[in-house]
Amino acid sequence: MSAKEKGEKIAGLKVTPDKFLPHRYAGASGDFNPIHIDKEFAQMVGLPTTILHGLYVMGLVAKAATEEAGGDPRALKRLSVQFRGMSMPETEIEVSGEVIEADGADVTFDLIAAQGENQVIRNASAVISYP
Amino acid sequence: MALKTDAVGKSWPAYEYEVGREKIREYAQVIGFDNPVYFDAEAARAAGYRDIVAPPMFVVVYAAGAMGPVLFDPDVEMNFAAMVHGGQEFEWGEPVCSGDLITTSTTCKDIYPKDGKGFYVFETESKNQNGDLVCKATWTNIVRGIEE
Repeated sequence: MSAKEKGEKIAGLKVTPDKFLPHRYAGASGDFNPIHIDKEFAQMVGLPTTILHGLYVMGLVAKAATEEAGGDPRALKRLSVQFRGMSMPETEIEVSGEVIEADGADVTFDLIAAQGENQVIRNASAVISYP
Repeated sequence: MALKTDAVGKSWPAYEYEVGREKIREYAQVIGFDNPVYFDAEAARAAGYRDIVAPPMFVVVYAAGAMGPVLFDPDVEMNFAAMVHGGQEFEWGEPVCSGDLITTSTTCKDIYPKDGKGFYVFETESKNQNGDLVCKATWTNIVRGIEE
């Protein structure tokens, strides 16, 4: 796996979380905030329906960054994100990005996670160390 | 409601989490990984790990128990109804494997008003049973509608 050059796009990933993904993520993560798993509660607090966990979407960003370096979890050194929108189950999420800095084996990606025009995570910065 | 800043600088008792194989598998599966290092101990060992390794973002599992009580601390007085998760930063060290005992300590780094919102910045530091740093994290929560 060779290191990248500045401006190069990453492969990214596309995934459509099913209706019950937030329930499984709640179980896996321990975050049972009802806005993610109870439609009536979500609507009572003004949301259109249940929304995905932000840290689930960040998990997809981390997966895309790690897989870009060949999949070894040791490759991901740092990841920071800003949460900027809500995301829903049953709609495709696309993680995309490009290299903004390449310093030998260490590469910094700028990443976005979006559902269509809705950028759920932007200004994500991942530092990957190529093996 | 005026912004309460009593918690700035406060630290909370460390939280211990024992990492198990099935929890790693459950987390890796929900994110959609198929890399065998997250599921199969032999594959993990062949890749140089002691046992099944956790994806880096598994930090949300072992550090969540440290962050939870902090948000309910009366000195923090978090207004959950108006709270959103604003930003998140992780820096990883040693990999986390099944069998590890992870200890996470939390500090409130800052609470400040900006544009009518309250910004709450917490830092967690997680170490394994050998005292090696596995993850340092900054968690930023934003509360809408505060008085400045």
